[in-house]
Amino acid sequence: MKQFWKSMLKSPSGVIGLVILLVAISVAVFGPMLFPNSPWRMVQRPFLPPFTLSTVPLGTDALGRDIFAGMIFGARVSLLVGLVSTLAALIVGVPVGAMAGYFGGKVDDALMRFTEFFQTIPSFALAIVLVAILQPSIYSIVASIAVVSWPPVARLVRGEVLSLRTREYVQAAVVTGQSNSWIILREILPNALSPVIVLASLMVATAILLESSLSFLGLGDPNLISWGYMVGAGRTVIRQAWWITVFPGIAILISVLGLNLIGEGLNDALNPRLSREGR
Amino acid sequence: MADGDWDGPTVALRARARAKRFRLVSLEKDYDMPKRVLLGLLLACGLAAPALAQEPKTGGVINAVIQPEPPGLMLAQVQNGPTQMVSGNIFEGLLRYSPKLDPLPELAESWSVSEDAKTYTFKLKKGVTWHDGKPFTAADVLFSIEMLKQTHARARTNLAQVDKVETPDDHTVVFTLKQPFGPFLGIFEVGSMPMVPKHLYAGTDWKTNPYNNAPIGTGPFMFKEWQKGSFIRLVKNPNYHEKGKPYLDEIYWQIIPDAAARSVAYETGKVDVLPGGSVENFDVPRLSKLKDTCVTGAGWEFFSPLAWLWLNNRQGPLADKRVRQAIMYAVDRDFAKDVIWNGLGKVATGPSASTIKFYTDDVKKYPYDPANAKALLKEAGYKGEKIRLLPLAYGETWQRWGEAVKQNLQDVGMTIETIATDVAGGNQKIAEWDYDIAFTYLYQYGDPALGVGRNYISSNIAKGQMFNNVEGYSNPEIDKLFAEGAVATPDSKRKEIYEKAQKILVEDVPVAWMLELQFPTIMRCKVKNLITTGIGVNDGFKDAWLDK
Repeated sequence: MKQFWKSMLKSPSGVIGLVILLVAISVAVFGPMLFPNSPWRMVQRPFLPPFTLSTVPLGTDALGRDIFAGMIFGARVSLLVGLVSTLAALIVGVPVGAMAGYFGGKVDDALMRFTEFFQTIPSFALAIVLVAILQPSIYSIVASIAVVSWPPVARLVRGEVLSLRTREYVQAAVVTGQSNSWIILREILPNALSPVIVLASLMVATAILLESSLSFLGLGDPNLISWGYMVGAGRTVIRQAWWITVFPGIAILISVLGLNLIGEGLNDALNPRLSREGR
Repeated sequence: MADGDWDGPTVALRARARAKRFRLVSLEKDYDMPKRVLLGLLLACGLAAPALAQEPKTGGVINAVIQPEPPGLMLAQVQNGPTQMVSGNIFEGLLRYSPKLDPLPELAESWSVSEDAKTYTFKLKKGVTWHDGKPFTAADVLFSIEMLKQTHARARTNLAQVDKVETPDDHTVVFTLKQPFGPFLGIFEVGSMPMVPKHLYAGTDWKTNPYNNAPIGTGPFMFKEWQKGSFIRLVKNPNYHEKGKPYLDEIYWQIIPDAAARSVAYETGKVDVLPGGSVENFDVPRLSKLKDTCVTGAGWEFFSPLAWLWLNNRQGPLADKRVRQAIMYAVDRDFAKDVIWNGLGKVATGPSASTIKFYTDDVKKYPYDPANAKALLKEAGYKGEKIRLLPLAYGETWQRWGEAVKQNLQDVGMTIETIATDVAGGNQKIAEWDYDIAFTYLYQYGDPALGVGRNYISSNIAKGQMFNNVEGYSNPEIDKLFAEGAVATPDSKRKEIYEKAQKILVEDVPVAWMLELQFPTIMRCKVKNLITTGIGVNDGFKDAWLDK
């Protein structure tokens, strides 16, 4: 573990990513306590440009709502959706991949055909359809993002398990008569974890983008403000008021960038040999 | 939501005042040009008269925006605003109405009223054919009335006073009323009483008839194709019964779901006509200033759209009058007008728009007063029960308005959950009474007997239909007043009755009235005579032509 943090902190991208993520998380957690006003509240005149009033530093939108407050509350929704849907995707993807890789044969065939079924449908289109059918709400959004993002996890885990299952220590475990689930959980998965962690950090970023895109198209939860919603709602007035779209857009950009940097840092830290060879 | 059914009440009233008792109202008379009776006759198709200074040119294609995509085009069964706008070209009514709401001939070439104001005789135009070539006759009128009574809530109400309809010959229709009904001549325009072909619908299941998807009417344009999500294409009816019309070859109703894209489509020349309400309000000033662009507020005289919130009177906290009054106090309607509607329109004072006959503002006032709203909620014992709000899926303006109203209501302590939905889904939820608060706007048709009473009388509570009394308000006194008002004479008596009804309704708040809406139509100046009647864009493009 110490080794891990050491190499993580040695990688500049990892450090930058971590800082960004920490800032974003603390904004999401503590921001709403510091700015208790609802971001939906109409506080000033509409279309107030940024940096004119200290009470609404980033200006107001078409209804006179505080953009800064919207960004703070939006951080909560965006990060939450990103994390929860990634978690859900892992919960589905990891077992599917592990079983396919470990048991092989017909089980593998069946599970992989099932996975491919999802992979053949363009993921964003599928997400839109799912949200539209289920009615837009935070739950349907998380669910649909999870549904479209678990297949890569399953495939990755399957590949790892396939290579690990022929290792001697696994064969030794089989010989000593340990149960299949024990072997998968205790012997194989822990060793397959590092690429999954890297992938997961990138999935969070993708999920944030997916949620933003859905909200942008008006398929967000109408009761929660999110960055994507702000960009979508401000887009029609972009010629009159650029700031309504630009600031939440920057927030999306930075947080997604931060997560990608973390992914890179994790990759360096978890696969030190690979990264050294790469340089 | 968005309703659209319309009727032409006012029309009727004025017409009656003018044409009272058995005078033949034909067009020459209206034009009042004794020396030029002949010209008058030539102009009998009428509306275009003032613009004839310039000779109309034939040919050309108009691209207009339709927003949102209509759920269907069978006007006798679907009455959403966009349906009326497109189908007004395909179907026709017996009459149409001038901007002053006087009746003008369409499928009926003349009409007369008996001395006792109980018998109305319409002479139908001869030589009119359906788009499939079959002749249009009195039998079609009779059949249309039968169908509309079942499929068209407003038509049913409008026809309630009709005792019997007879067709002495193929081109005469005689309506006998139970009692004199002031607004009667105002119920015959295409949206209120579209004529449907008997030979295609009689004996079939109307709801599933294949012609619902490719409607056949008598109108100036014929349905050609509908690429869902892209455009609806209408082509010229070469056998149209007004010789020389229509002037245009084709109309494309472009479906562009995104508001900004609609503005851009106009700027780049992809569309030539932006009917009222099709671009966001904040874009109107900018687009109006573009070169070769003409803007008009005309063409809504007949409708006077009024926006309100349906409040489900049946269940939960909204069953309590005090909660409903609290909503009226809690919503900042001036803000909505100034910010969301860019200053267009007027704050509504009650169930009638100020342009409607017998309107009074001598009613209880509901200024923006959150403190009062909170007090009323407390008094009513409201404890934060969840209330569902259904915005209108008609674009950004309505979404923003939904958010603003939600915030207003939350500010006084109500718990509001917004339900996201599309147009069809919203229609269905309202028609099935599956909502607590829902946005809508409805047309008023000039006379309280036609466009106002329908939303408050208890006989109009019918599940599965949209534009009737979906809030479930039931008050015997209101029922009685609207029943009396429709048939009372003279007008001073009607005025008294309707003013009383307005006072009671505003006290009871069966729905929360928001704004009288204004919808400017933006178009290129080369498009001529687009709006010639009080029905505006919804009246079909038969007089429109392009100055190339």
